[in-house]
Amino acid sequence: MDVTREQHPIEKMTNDSSLIQQVKRVIHLAPLEKIFNLARGYSLWPLGFGLACCAIEGLMATNAPRFDLSRFGYEVLRSSPRQADVMLVAGTITNKMAPYVVRLYEQMPEPKWVIAMGSCAISGGPFVDSYYVVPGADKLIPVDVYVPGCSPRPDAVLHAFMMLRDKVQGKVVLENAR
Amino acid sequence: MPGSSIPSTVIDGLKDKFPAIEVSENLTITVPEAELLSFMRELRDNPDYDFNFLTNLTAVDYPDNFTVIYNLVSFKYGYTLMAKVNLGKDEPAVSSLTSLWGSADWQEREVYDLFGIIFTGRHNLTRILLEDGFAGYPLRKDFQWVGGRE
Repeated sequence: MDVTREQHPIEKMTNDSSLIQQVKRVIHLAPLEKIFNLARGYSLWPLGFGLACCAIEGLMATNAPRFDLSRFGYEVLRSSPRQADVMLVAGTITNKMAPYVVRLYEQMPEPKWVIAMGSCAISGGPFVDSYYVVPGADKLIPVDVYVPGCSPRPDAVLHAFMMLRDKVQGKVVLENAR
Repeated sequence: MPGSSIPSTVIDGLKDKFPAIEVSENLTITVPEAELLSFMRELRDNPDYDFNFLTNLTAVDYPDNFTVIYNLVSFKYGYTLMAKVNLGKDEPAVSSLTSLWGSADWQEREVYDLFGIIFTGRHNLTRILLEDGFAGYPLRKDFQWVGGRE
């Protein structure tokens, strides 16, 4: 529906007349989703979840003072998937671990995103010919950002988070990558 | 001194008690499977040896046989000792040492998991790393599998 000064989706979401008035006054031009995505993109909460050595670079080093994930507002590593909205798949997924990766992903509330970090999470990496390794996180769950490397440097993980922020906020990511 | 290997004079005493054992140049002892449990009990309980710690238990798949390898340490004397048992290729089985050293428990389960060697005289001999329904024993040389490459 078109958003005008007289007509706005907020009226269907609440009966609070003061809130409706405020929203109509301030953001009647902007779709509400865009405001939400602005907030989502700047406060991604990753799941504190590491599978292998990539967790050292992707969660610990990136979060530590030198690279300082907090600068971007992403440092709130959640210990429960129910509070997280980004899963950083950091490491090799073995066949035994695969059901738990899927279960953790399914426990995360919508909207949720996935970063596949390192060659193991992208494709199975050096262990792809093994008898017990899943060839990539995207065989199990949808992946938004792939970070190549073995392990990727923390800078690359920061860049992945910023690409994800751009994706969340609806910018064209691939144009910038070229 | 810790980490020194056992003196050959001590080994000679062992040879008198267990004539069937073979001692190689580097003092590695090969024990027949039938005598393993009594041999290991002697190493642990005789105060002349006092091997009170099993540091490592592993196995090798050779073309003609499986070999189970035990590394022992005596904290009292600082001796280390390597003992081996050769097993046949068909349905390899060996006595469990969990009654002597508790550290044997998980390591025997790992050897069972990856080599399919049966350890008799213990309970809960189940897979420890792989899932229960896994087919085959992946560290055997004749193990066939399909990798994940597309």
